[in-house]
Amino acid sequence: MWWPGDDSLLRVRPRDTDWEGVRLHVVTGKGGTGKTTVAGALAIALAAGGRRVLLMEVEGRQGIARLFDSPPLPYAERRVAVAPATPTLPGGEVYALAADPEAALVEYLEMFYNLRHAGTALTRLGVVDFATTIAPGLRDVLLTGKAVEATRRRSGGRLYYDAVIMDAPPTGRIGKFLNVATEVSGLAKMGPVRGHADTVQSVIKSPQTAVHFVTVLEEMPVQETLDGVAELRGLAQGGLQLGGIMINMVRPVDLTEEQLQAAAGGTLDEHELDTGLKAAGIEDRRGLAASLAAELTEHAREELAQRAQRTRVAEAGQPCYDLPLITDQMDLAGLYRLAAALREQGAA
Amino acid sequence: MRPGPALEVDRLLDDPRTRIIVCCGSGGVGKTTTAAALGLRAAERGRHVVVLTVDPARRLAQSMGLSSLDNTPRPVPCAAAEAAGGSLHAMMLDMKRTFDEIVEAHSDPDRAAQILANPFYQSLSSSFAGTQEYMAMEKLGQLRRADEWDLIVVDTPPSRSALDFLDAPQRLGRFLDGRLIRLLTAPTKAGGRAYLKFVTAGFTMVTGVITKVIGAQMLRDVQTFIAAFDTMFGGFRERADDTYRLLQAPGTAFLVIATPEPDALREASYFVDRLSSDQMPLAGLIVNRVHRSPAAHLSAARSLAAAEVLQPVPGSGENPSDLGENGHGNGNGLPVPEAGPPDLRGMPAAAATMSRHPLTATALRLHAERMQLAERERRLEESFSAAHPVIPMAEVLAQPEDVHDLDGLRSVGKELARGVRLS
Ligand SMILES: Nc1ncnc2c1ncn2[C@@H]1O[C@H](COP(=O)(O)OP(=O)(O)OP(=O)(O)O)[C@@H](O)[C@H]1O
Ligand SMILES: Nc1ncnc2c1ncn2[C@@H]1O[C@H](COP(=O)(O)OP(=O)(O)OP(=O)(O)O)[C@@H](O)[C@H]1O
Ligand SMILES: [Mg+2]
Ligand SMILES: [Mg+2]
Repeated sequence: MWWPGDDSLLRVRPRDTDWEGVRLHVVTGKGGTGKTTVAGALAIALAAGGRRVLLMEVEGRQGIARLFDSPPLPYAERRVAVAPATPTLPGGEVYALAADPEAALVEYLEMFYNLRHAGTALTRLGVVDFATTIAPGLRDVLLTGKAVEATRRRSGGRLYYDAVIMDAPPTGRIGKFLNVATEVSGLAKMGPVRGHADTVQSVIKSPQTAVHFVTVLEEMPVQETLDGVAELRGLAQGGLQLGGIMINMVRPVDLTEEQLQAAAGGTLDEHELDTGLKAAGIEDRRGLAASLAAELTEHAREELAQRAQRTRVAEAGQPCYDLPLITDQMDLAGLYRLAAALREQGAA
Repeated sequence: MRPGPALEVDRLLDDPRTRIIVCCGSGGVGKTTTAAALGLRAAERGRHVVVLTVDPARRLAQSMGLSSLDNTPRPVPCAAAEAAGGSLHAMMLDMKRTFDEIVEAHSDPDRAAQILANPFYQSLSSSFAGTQEYMAMEKLGQLRRADEWDLIVVDTPPSRSALDFLDAPQRLGRFLDGRLIRLLTAPTKAGGRAYLKFVTAGFTMVTGVITKVIGAQMLRDVQTFIAAFDTMFGGFRERADDTYRLLQAPGTAFLVIATPEPDALREASYFVDRLSSDQMPLAGLIVNRVHRSPAAHLSAARSLAAAEVLQPVPGSGENPSDLGENGHGNGNGLPVPEAGPPDLRGMPAAAATMSRHPLTATALRLHAERMQLAERERRLEESFSAAHPVIPMAEVLAQPEDVHDLDGLRSVGKELARGVRLS
């Protein structure tokens, strides 16, 4: 983790993590910034050391299956990956669940109303769709409810999962999504839904839960992150805990500060470049130094623009973590690299 | 492989028969930026343009004078447009306001107030999935009917899938006009009874459960809302169908925007197929944020080799961040992360001191990276045009910074109009 104003990006830290005690990790962010990927990496990172974690998605998009290159997940918890063992620690296990509101409602009805066969009928008639459509709060409470159930599940006297990681809806919807008790208050003043919502709320607004934001260093995602953080702070009197800001797709800085400034200002020494090209044995160098200088200038301007966004991210006042851009195909290996980066920085 | 034909943007903008341009694409690809750039360019070529933006980046909105969300077109001061005899207006869609206005326009004040205060209406108009798309279409219809502009450029809401723009309004319409909602909310009405004949006893039980789960109050709100709305006009579905037809009318041109990435191009591909099956006029594909090199004759491989001469990579051969396809993983399925710190090419500052020409070495490495990226992008574009050989295409280069002012929009516009595909 780096705190805003801290210039050592990767500080060696003792092995306690920044989110000790958090058992439900909610991962949000602007669409397309890498929520699913980062949630997956966080799950792997949290599983290390012989632990069992559940990675859960809630939007019925099979993002997790795609991430782990596995066939579509059913509404059931399946093991999708193992965390690598280290010389001192055993490996861990990542389970995954693709939750969807229909299945969750059917499960809920079975649990509270003992309607064993109603499920199929309800689905066939489109009732589930109907109910969750006119009452989005109901859909949300069912999904967060499932996460809370997994978080609290016990087996043989101990907790079944060491952590639950939720690939949550994007920033624009996260406030409503997590504010379940209020959202369903119009639905039911008493009865099982209400009781259920209260339980869910008590876990979500407790130190057991943290909400992490994923962003990239571009204007809109950063703006959404700041807006999202502000919104959740507004809800936070009830104890909702903000988590880290995962800055995704960070490119390494290839230039020294001096080179960066010169490149951005368009004052690079082309002659020096050309001498270098000659020394490297490149024969046809016509216009090459100028072209490379132009490329460096663009690169430097991008870098400075990102730096400006980084300063804005810092305004959120939350701990930040950097996740590198994976330049070749984003695959399992890339995912493990992101997991390692999260562990290095103490996020897990 | 042959690239697709070039998209002639200026011809499209200059043709007085072009009355509506719709910019579609998956999330974050540059729909809003493209819509604004096209609007500006058309205005500066003498047309009277209104740009309907949805959720623009803050700085872009400010640069077009859209500091408040007031849901009406505002003039964007632009001397070049005036000089050309054109004009530019821009607005930001406010979906709730648009919905409220429909209600107000179709009912007497008392009835309108009753609907606006209905809790179900409030959640429907502010946070219902699909409402934004529905209202974007509504607004488009309104602007078209106002007939104050000769070109309307429409941005579409940020959604994962470009198809949502076409599907969501009808989905919303189907839902609100649907059998179930009527059955559950109006069981005493004649229509409701007629349906009831067909339902089983089990259904009554299910209805009971649903009422319990959702709450009687919520159902009453829905019921009041539907009843109030029914008397106002022929229903949502019909309304959605009307605007849908507007999109099929001659004078409408769809532009599909994508970034040169697998997901975005796949979405673009679905969308293109859908447009053709719905007989909607596709003008072309815009590939936004492409990377090209001004020194394309120096290949990635040669550039890397040259960099290597100047500055051997520390620990090269083990470093997985090295460019190229050298394998991660270890052949047995689950790759293991490195023990050391993660990929840190942020080290060259230290390494550079050992090199004879550090700046050149860095430049060559960055160049190689860019060439590889450009090559990947080109392959993706080629497979798109292989699958859709007749679709005209244009490319817009990735700008080093966000596009947030009129000058930025102007240069995007210029690239759009370049017509020929860059190589
Ligand atoms: N660190 C990274 N380096 C390179 N590519 C990345 C990185 N993180 C994510 N990606 C890629 O970016 C794309 C979007 O990522 P992902 O699907 O995780 O985002 P998301 O926020 O879950 O999107 P959505 O809003 O659609 O659910 C994917 O193609 C993914 O492989
Ligand atoms: N060619 C480009 N070069 C550099 N940046 C660009 C380019 N096109 C768009 N951008 C930037 O990308 C971001 C997203 O663009 P934009 O808002 O136009 O996308 P969008 O498709 O409308 O997104 P959404 O789906 O969220 O509405 C903006 O910050 C914009 O400045
Ligand atoms: Mg996702
Ligand atoms: Mg947009």
